[in-house]
Amino acid sequence: MRHGKYPFIIGFLAVPVALYATFVVAAYIQTFQLSVASWSGFGPIKYVGFDNFVKLWNDDLFWKSLRHNGYLLLLLPIVTIALGLLFAFLLNVGGGSKGGMTRGVWGSKFYRVIFFFPQLMALAIVAVIFGRVFASDKSGMINGLLPDSWAPWLFLADERWALTCILVVLVWQAVGFYVVLFSAGMGSIEHEIYEAAALDGATRVTLFFRITLPLLWGTIQTAWVYLGIAAFDAFALINIMTVDRGGPDGATSVLAMMIYRNTFEYSQVGYASALGVVLFFLTLTFAALTLRVTRRDAV
Amino acid sequence: MSDITNSELDRRTLLRRAAAVGLAATPAVGMLSACVGGGEEDTTDQATGTKSADNPLGVDPKAPIEIVIFDGGLGTKYATDVDTPLYNKKWPESKVAYSATQEISTTVQPRLNAGDAPDMINNSGAKMMDFGAIVAAGQAQDLTELYAAPSFDIPGKTVAETLVPGTAEWGSYTGKPYALNYSYTVFGLWHNATLFEKNGWALPATWAEFTALCDKIQAAGIVPFGYAGANAAYYMVRALLTSAGKIGTEQVLKDIDNLKPGAWTAPAVLEAAKAWGEIGKKYLDKSFLGLKHTEVQLQQNQDKVAFYPCGSWLENEQAKDTPPTFKYAVAPYPSVTTSDKLPAAAMNAAAGEIYFASSKGKNPRGGMEYLRVMLSKEAATEFTKLTKSLTVVLGAADGVELSPGLTSANAALTKAGKDVFMGYLFDTWYKKLGDESLSAVNDLMFKGGDAQKFCDRMEAASQALAKDSSVQKQIRS
Repeated sequence: MRHGKYPFIIGFLAVPVALYATFVVAAYIQTFQLSVASWSGFGPIKYVGFDNFVKLWNDDLFWKSLRHNGYLLLLLPIVTIALGLLFAFLLNVGGGSKGGMTRGVWGSKFYRVIFFFPQLMALAIVAVIFGRVFASDKSGMINGLLPDSWAPWLFLADERWALTCILVVLVWQAVGFYVVLFSAGMGSIEHEIYEAAALDGATRVTLFFRITLPLLWGTIQTAWVYLGIAAFDAFALINIMTVDRGGPDGATSVLAMMIYRNTFEYSQVGYASALGVVLFFLTLTFAALTLRVTRRDAV
Repeated sequence: MSDITNSELDRRTLLRRAAAVGLAATPAVGMLSACVGGGEEDTTDQATGTKSADNPLGVDPKAPIEIVIFDGGLGTKYATDVDTPLYNKKWPESKVAYSATQEISTTVQPRLNAGDAPDMINNSGAKMMDFGAIVAAGQAQDLTELYAAPSFDIPGKTVAETLVPGTAEWGSYTGKPYALNYSYTVFGLWHNATLFEKNGWALPATWAEFTALCDKIQAAGIVPFGYAGANAAYYMVRALLTSAGKIGTEQVLKDIDNLKPGAWTAPAVLEAAKAWGEIGKKYLDKSFLGLKHTEVQLQQNQDKVAFYPCGSWLENEQAKDTPPTFKYAVAPYPSVTTSDKLPAAAMNAAAGEIYFASSKGKNPRGGMEYLRVMLSKEAATEFTKLTKSLTVVLGAADGVELSPGLTSANAALTKAGKDVFMGYLFDTWYKKLGDESLSAVNDLMFKGGDAQKFCDRMEAASQALAKDSSVQKQIRS
């Protein structure tokens, strides 16, 4: 069966590699090229050196957006992973053991499906729904439920809370996926380990911190990287949900939003590319750092 | 663990890293590459015909044309059912390829760059292309010939002579007309005439009358004034700057457009910002900052909001939700001071909705001819009937039975007489500055009304733009 091995490999690899080279690698190279140019999106390209980066350094909105990305980067993975682990633990181990088998809480199969639902919905739909949930007048779901004396809460229209509303939606949408991911991880942990620990009199809390968490470390690490990357994006929700797309007054602006606006609305493709380059290195640094800092010896 | 499992794990980690890096910036950066293209090469084979009295623009009768229409508030029926048949009647051998889109920049911009431009484009909607950049890149056809050509169906007149004075200038960039702003919009304070009659509320002419009326309306349990902050703050920018224009004439707005230092901190702008900031502080429902235009407009249809600053497209946009007792009417913005340079009846009205012929298309003359067809009296009359919008074609609405809102707009225009002014262009010329004005005006109206802060902030943004050499500047005289 040796004949046809290379055509087989090439057949499988060539197409994806070509697609990747065209749509990802070439796009990056072009972005790097454009980041040192002044280009409106029409007509010839003029090279201007590092002007775009200087402009970026002096742009208040850039720093503001960076802070918002930082806020999401800090909280999105922590909250999502904490909730994901909690729910996954409850679904898989939380019910205690019976007949030598650890089980989830009552009805866990049903909950698992429910948790995964948000993942199936298009992000745009999620954004529209939560736009209604957080609506700033009485027509909003939360405001409709609040007593009149509390006055309408402004949510997305309040600079102090707008970004947190976005965070809530991001977590809501992501958590189900990580519940399933962690459940799968927990499923692969040998039952005997739990059993032995239970026989030794370990409580559920001990089970979680001494057994589940260490054995799931690799999965958590991956989750952290993915969620971090999601925190660098958040474009769709912000574009659809927020006041003035990134407002009020820039209170929810993020780098991806700035890139979009500069490219398609301000015809500043060079500037947008410079932002893209910054985002590229930030994400790269984040991924590398996360993998390094969280590295542990295999158990 | 054996070596085999170890290397297995390593490979998984490797794949994970690769995936992480691959995912990293792709969503954001991928978008950029979508619009990089050639665009330098000149299109050589453009269709031309022989100019004659019957063919003033020199159209090649056999060449096909391609048009792209924005599918938005005006619909597309006017193009498919009126303009194209009219064009085809005159040029039966020219095939019209038609398409409509809600995302003009997504569909058209890459084609402009690739040298495959449609011949006539309706540049509009939330995803309209930066028209200044298009002109700067030489992608738009100079329409001087079109305006000088004889009218399509009004004998003895050139196209320019059949239009609202100023039409060509509104679409001019550095002195040459490149865009046709087709629909004619009247801006003012929109309200329900029935509600006002029922309560005996007279329309205010002075600011004192305005605030007194707002007090009365508020006492009646209705929000006196409102606009949607989430996506319609430009209605409020228009209201504020119209007031500034009335205080100090249109020159104030021209200075703003020309990025003249001190234009935004001029007394007229500060005065207008102070007056409106007070209205925001006292009479605006703070929750409107989080609402979209249709949500606030719906509340107005339910008589929960009295005055709404908007353009004359409002009536058509709300047609589905307007109860039969609701009669749209428009009032000019009241005078702010007793020494306003323009009278209280002065109005802001402007041509909007850009149509342009592409200079790099295969048949730019055909594109211009299509515009000439649109500017015929017949096409304009049908457009008004279908879209409930006025056009720049003079007298095209005569004999058409107008809706209450348009009737009111027409009457207000007549009353204003020579004091109709077109306003400003900085928000279409420089979208970034336009967006800054949205944030600034929301801040002014919803956060307690600091007029000086509004002016200083806009002045700073305007001067930063003036110094930015990467943005092509426009001049208006």
